Amino acid sequence: MTETLLAALALLAGFDHRLLEIVGLSLRVSLSALAFGALVGLPLGAWLAVAAFPGRAFVIVVLNALMGLPSVVVGVFVYLMLSRSGPFGELGLLFSPRAMIVAQTLLVVPLIAAVTRQIVEDAWKEYAPEFAVIGVGRPLAVGLLLADCRFSLVVATLAGLGRAMSEVGAVMVVGGNIDGYTRVMTTAIALETSKGDLALSLALGLVLMGLILGLNAFAHGLRTWAARRGR
Amino acid sequence: MFPLRISALRFAPNGRPILDGVDLELSGEGISVILGPNGVGKTVFLHLIAGLLPPTGGAFDWGGAIRPDGRLAMVFQQPMLLRLSVAANVEFALRPQGLDAAARQQRTREVLARVGLAHRSADSARQLSGGERQRLALARAWAMRPRLLLLDEPTASLDPSATDQVETIIREIRTDGAKVLMTTHNLGQATRLADDIVFLADGRVQEHAAAQRFFAHPQSPAARAFLQGELPWRIAFDR
Repeated sequence: MTETLLAALALLAGFDHRLLEIVGLSLRVSLSALAFGALVGLPLGAWLAVAAFPGRAFVIVVLNALMGLPSVVVGVFVYLMLSRSGPFGELGLLFSPRAMIVAQTLLVVPLIAAVTRQIVEDAWKEYAPEFAVIGVGRPLAVGLLLADCRFSLVVATLAGLGRAMSEVGAVMVVGGNIDGYTRVMTTAIALETSKGDLALSLALGLVLMGLILGLNAFAHGLRTWAARRGR
Repeated sequence: MFPLRISALRFAPNGRPILDGVDLELSGEGISVILGPNGVGKTVFLHLIAGLLPPTGGAFDWGGAIRPDGRLAMVFQQPMLLRLSVAANVEFALRPQGLDAAARQQRTREVLARVGLAHRSADSARQLSGGERQRLALARAWAMRPRLLLLDEPTASLDPSATDQVETIIREIRTDGAKVLMTTHNLGQATRLADDIVFLADGRVQEHAAAQRFFAHPQSPAARAFLQGELPWRIAFDR
């Protein structure tokens, strides 16, 4: 155990090329998925918070349920869409980092949208009477509420990044865990552990934990700073 | 838009009447103050006029129209301030009016200067004191250049100095041409500001009279009883 830990620390201290490559790809895929997820999830959640239409409650229930969607199910769905016989097969994306970005985007959109909906709806209840008197329409309300709740929404978005970075099922199915091409931290950990290379697994696990911890520290710091500044 | 004629206005959520047959006619000038005991429905009345609540019955006649054809603004007892800068909290209210960015910024600067908040325009609105928040809310309403301004207890929980500043702004808004309709529990404030008093009790308007006449010679038994209950103020007023 101690030997494994020392070997893992040696890999980290030596900036092992293979390890850096895996970490780099993980960040590239997950951050891209987060960007696309936020681009869709934030306005979708905010719109759902202020919109009134028949079936809204059903949509909210479905969206909340999708937060717990197993990543492997998303992987299979994207696989079917991108496989040669699927509707987007001609794009040739399967077993590529782009396919992994698509899969992770689908994973984080419901999470970001659902949390955004809840945060913005709470603010909307507070602001709705004043907005109504001023004549603020729903599109403007969505923009104002997103701006108003921005610090809480950063936390929601970072939760999406945590989900993307820590999932293994979807990227394994649509990426194929190809060494040097689609291997990310979680799939590498799964593979290297099964092969018995625990040092690399542990090193990657430490990086993953460090990143998740760092993200949460950043989110907490941001909230504290915002509260102190009255923002 | 004026005169605003309100007839047989009724508001009875779940069958429990809060307002039950309110008849009132308001001219387009001056400051009208709504007085009445706690829970009589003063805030509800303002919300009904603002269109925030659907009346159970009755009608509004806005100078011959069923809807106000001029701008209406309202400042709530606890004004909503976005977690944005002081200036942004005014400027967003001008967007629905279709003004371009330069015009919005210009008008925002003007009203912030008039309420004494120009030096804080870049600060977060959430950093303001209670009095400053209320002045910001008034600035936002003023920037909209309303024809009718509704104020729901605009100085509740403010200290005398902040109250004085808010009252000065309310007078300036009136001078600018807006009709002001406000509620207050502060009878001293009502004497300082009101041109006329609308006294609500038992779900309806018991008395609508010029302020001086109302305080000197209340006609309705309910208004007399209400004013008798404000003994400390009554002594000060008689002096």
